[in-house]
Amino acid sequence: MTQSKLERARAFFDAIPHAHALGMEIGTFEGGIATMSMPYDTRFIGDPKTGVIHGGAVFALLDTCCGLAVVSHPDQKGITATIDLRVDYMRPASPNQRIRAEATCYNVTRSVAFVRAVALDDNDDKPVATATGTFVTGGEE
Amino acid sequence: MSHQQPEPVQVIKQRRDAALSALVASLPYVQFLGVQFERRGDELTAIMPYREVLVGNPLLPALHGGAIAAFLEISAIIELSWMGLWDDVENGSVTINDLASGQARALPKTIDFSVDYLRSGLPRDAYARARVNRSGRRYASVHVEAWQDNKTRLFAQATGHFLMPERG
Repeated sequence: MTQSKLERARAFFDAIPHAHALGMEIGTFEGGIATMSMPYDTRFIGDPKTGVIHGGAVFALLDTCCGLAVVSHPDQKGITATIDLRVDYMRPASPNQRIRAEATCYNVTRSVAFVRAVALDDNDDKPVATATGTFVTGGEE
Repeated sequence: MSHQQPEPVQVIKQRRDAALSALVASLPYVQFLGVQFERRGDELTAIMPYREVLVGNPLLPALHGGAIAAFLEISAIIELSWMGLWDDVENGSVTINDLASGQARALPKTIDFSVDYLRSGLPRDAYARARVNRSGRRYASVHVEAWQDNKTRLFAQATGHFLMPERG
């Protein structure tokens, strides 16, 4: 990915109001692979009995990270939009731990990008959630 | 022959509305997104009033796919919880205080959630209704439809599976 495309993509993702509201941070993104993370925050709790964050917050992180992976793919010119995304919740995320997401855009056609992703907390061996989805490709450079 | 007087309508309404508000208010992420619920009998409509923090693409602008997904997942979870609570709220075995404390009952747990983004979410209020297509002892399957200006033009739909809490 050219330097200017990388900078533009970072500027775009840094300016997403919802990502900002959730405290999302970009890790790396290059060649169709992206990483992002999100802090634990009591405002994100979905189950007050356990303090576990809401699945919707994890979904938002995975969706954003998948979009970033698509944008970082060498065959993708502009920004993208989600066509569909499915998230499987393997286990509750541990309270007080940061959530990390890793997304891979493994195929790009003229109209569709195919992406899969995983969400992790401090335990690298057992994912919190996995995602699989399709995104819009094409668009202006 | 004697029969019991039915409860006054205001008493019934007040009990049901207070129970629903207490359930919704007990969930921090629902409050964070500003999602509200309206009730007609046992039918619920979820409403997500537009706010700038929900935006995912500021150029269009369009709602964030993650905010939309969370909105639909919240609709499904509240629908399932509400169905499970209805009888207990009516017979008084679950009180408003139980619900407000968030300790009344374990919530359904999402197993998987699959969202179809049919059109981009416009910068205005969104509405959703969840339909429980199957609810067994352990698993439930729920479909959710969301719209903005026009109910016949859905902007998102979702299907999810949920693990139901054990009934004590």
